[in-house]
Amino acid sequence: MATDIIVPPLGESVTEATVARWLKQPGDSVAVDDPLVELETDKVTLEVNAPAAGTLAEVLVPKDGNVAVGGVLGRITEGNGKAKPTAKTESKATPAAPSPKTAPPKPPAAAPAAPAAPASDLAKRSGPAVRRLVDENKVEPAGIPPSGRDGRLTKGDVLAALEKGAAASAPSAVQSAIPAVAREAGPREERVHMTRLRRRIAERLKEAQNTAAMLTTFNEADMSAVMALRERYRESFEKKHGVRLGFMSFFVKACIVALKEIPAANGEIDGDDIVYKNHYDIGVAVGTEQGLVVPVVRDADRLDFADIEKQVGDLGRRARDGKLKLEELSGGTFTITNGGVYGSLMSTPILNPPQSAILGMHKIQQRPVVVGGQIAARPMMYLALSYDHRLVDGREAVTFLVRVKECIEDPERLLFGV
Amino acid sequence: MADAFDVIVIGAGPGGYVAAIRAAQLGMSVACIDKRDAPGGTCLNIGCIPSKALLQSSEHFAAAQHELAAHGVKIAGVTLDLKAMLARKDKVVADNTRGVEFLFRKNKVEYVKGAARLAGRDRVAITLNAGGKRELNAKKAIVLATGSDSAGLPGIAVDEQRIVTSTGALALAAVPAHLVVIGGGYIGLEMGSVWRRLGAEVTVVEFLDRVTPGMDGELSAALQRSLERQGLKFRLGTKVVEAKASKDGVALALEPAKGGARENLKADVVLVAVGRVPYTADLGLKEAGVALDDKGRIKVDKRFATNVPGIYAIGDAIAGAMLAHKASEEGVVLVETLAGGRPPLDYDAIPAVIYTWPEVASVGRTEEQLKQAGTPYKTGKFPFTANPRARANGFTEGFVKILADAKTDRVLGVHIIGPDAGTMIGEAALAMEFAASAEDIARTVHAHPTLEEAVKEAALAVDGHAIHI
Repeated sequence: MATDIIVPPLGESVTEATVARWLKQPGDSVAVDDPLVELETDKVTLEVNAPAAGTLAEVLVPKDGNVAVGGVLGRITEGNGKAKPTAKTESKATPAAPSPKTAPPKPPAAAPAAPAAPASDLAKRSGPAVRRLVDENKVEPAGIPPSGRDGRLTKGDVLAALEKGAAASAPSAVQSAIPAVAREAGPREERVHMTRLRRRIAERLKEAQNTAAMLTTFNEADMSAVMALRERYRESFEKKHGVRLGFMSFFVKACIVALKEIPAANGEIDGDDIVYKNHYDIGVAVGTEQGLVVPVVRDADRLDFADIEKQVGDLGRRARDGKLKLEELSGGTFTITNGGVYGSLMSTPILNPPQSAILGMHKIQQRPVVVGGQIAARPMMYLALSYDHRLVDGREAVTFLVRVKECIEDPERLLFGV
Repeated sequence: MADAFDVIVIGAGPGGYVAAIRAAQLGMSVACIDKRDAPGGTCLNIGCIPSKALLQSSEHFAAAQHELAAHGVKIAGVTLDLKAMLARKDKVVADNTRGVEFLFRKNKVEYVKGAARLAGRDRVAITLNAGGKRELNAKKAIVLATGSDSAGLPGIAVDEQRIVTSTGALALAAVPAHLVVIGGGYIGLEMGSVWRRLGAEVTVVEFLDRVTPGMDGELSAALQRSLERQGLKFRLGTKVVEAKASKDGVALALEPAKGGARENLKADVVLVAVGRVPYTADLGLKEAGVALDDKGRIKVDKRFATNVPGIYAIGDAIAGAMLAHKASEEGVVLVETLAGGRPPLDYDAIPAVIYTWPEVASVGRTEEQLKQAGTPYKTGKFPFTANPRARANGFTEGFVKILADAKTDRVLGVHIIGPDAGTMIGEAALAMEFAASAEDIARTVHAHPTLEEAVKEAALAVDGHAIHI
């Protein structure tokens, strides 16, 4: 009996996906829920798991093939694959295969990092020329898109990857790579096909700029109070909730106070209507290898600090691992982006359409400020609110940002929602 | 006997019988119909197998006469018993066709001897060889595997006595003093070789200016030289405009292909080997609405479906090289597709072999094709004169040539002329099926001393690193 591997629902407004890579090859044994294939959609990369145990009998849609929701990706038949080394025994023999977490960051051209067949197995299946190249150039075979039969690498695949530099992970590669390829100083430019995610990001950002009357208002917040509060409750909070008390929960809370006061910032324009939302689903932008994604903390107004910290941490982690579900990425009503983690002092965020406002957090820096007629050094953060002027008035935007500033500088306000 | 089958295969040649057996293995009920009295089609009855039997026998005869002495084996008074040679060939054929009948029984394929004709999209009407009629219903598919027939030439009437096709050339009652072969393709060269070895004077007349058109040019030239050394004569760029059989021979009229003065040639027997044409007659194709292409081949898509739903075609009757193994693989791919799907056939990795001495074998692109396509490539060549086993065997003619992509090193074509080339090409086909690079072949350990080492050396030569030259 064969079981079809079906493309699962991909979330609202997503009907099509591209096969990024097969994690199992025809003939491999699979257990129920084993990840089988990675699909790339406009929004995320997601894994399709085995609906049944058995053997992956057939791959119907190869890498880079497009599939629609409900389409058949391949088939699983009952019974075990022939002579498949288990991942466990293989990993012992191959210290070279790093886990996704410890893998060095790859340039965007590389395929998404994912737990794949152990490196040595792939190299072994791919023939002696590939084995030599991989060994000489210290490249990770799993990171190279395969074109050979049943997911094997061809020598041409490895040469192409070396030429692109995509797979080279050590500078020594330059000396030991194939002379014809590596002696050159490197190509003057490199053309890489945009991933679906990158295309989608590009479209959405430009759509935001083209549609909204976007502008940005700035303010700054003295972080002393929040930092003191964090210092005071750090240990007990962490002990009780098992999560670090960060800044994000304060800002989410502060924004909800401000959003409740300025409903337009939590609304959107739909045709000739304005839709005001009575729920507060806050998107938190996360930079990943593949690009920017914005997972959403649902009903953040009903969550306490610990819940928010937990969810933000979990979403961020899974975003970086490419494991977010589509529903976790859609339907936010307001977004917070923190350029501060990369050191940004000030920036103008772009709206996440169809939302009407986005808060930009920045780096905390000791700056001289005047406090009570005296110049004092204080930990300061610039705040930016980009907003759609079609919907949000200047007064509202400025009030919003002032309210966030007040809540951060005087966190007790958060207790009372004032 | 049930008269409805999942699959009805018309033709029990290498395409049809393999498709029938594979379908049966996959659990389908199958009938296979053939109008010959023995299964196996052209290949087993009047093609590949009997010709190989005669090639082998005539090779022994030639070796006993000319080659064994060099090995210190002296035989005096070697004589030919043509009758015994032909009888042995017939026994080889009979054994093989009985083998196919056994496989039909083993796999419960219903084998029907008779002439089949489409009687609708899912019906086949059969005029049984034993007399009477029978109609069969196809529940899933009808597979047309009707093969091909020798092509004729205008103005030349085949009588299979004086003027013969390959069929007659396999059964000449006596060695002709002068055999003229029309057509320098593989059939003409193989049969010409047989009768040359048995003592005939052989002249090959070819319209084009080279033998084995379509084959890598370097191989064609090497093969022609080799055959000339064996005493075959070649008249290239020449056409036969007339051949008249009489009691004491055949009178031929030749003209240069480009036009010019006519000349006469006398032959005892003429073999017409100018190619083969798809067999599509008397099958009811027209009535059933099955479309043919402009060359008279049955039109199919990548999955071998004709324009009529439920009717499929494979092998010589459709486009592509007329090769038994191509037909067989198409049959397998087709029924596996019917059973649930499999990827289409990779036509780039189908080998072709000419069983002359030396043998000629090819897989993939020729140098001419690569040049025409503008594909940058590297060439690695290795001669059998530098192969120790070839020297030990005493046959050092020929070479291995590997063409690889200049950038990716992927093997694009392998061309071998030499002893046992047909066996050695298997390695190359496997490599190409897996998109291997020349380096992959070069880094695969080959046993010593074997002829196959020449393949490895040619692969090394692609990067200029052959060891033994």
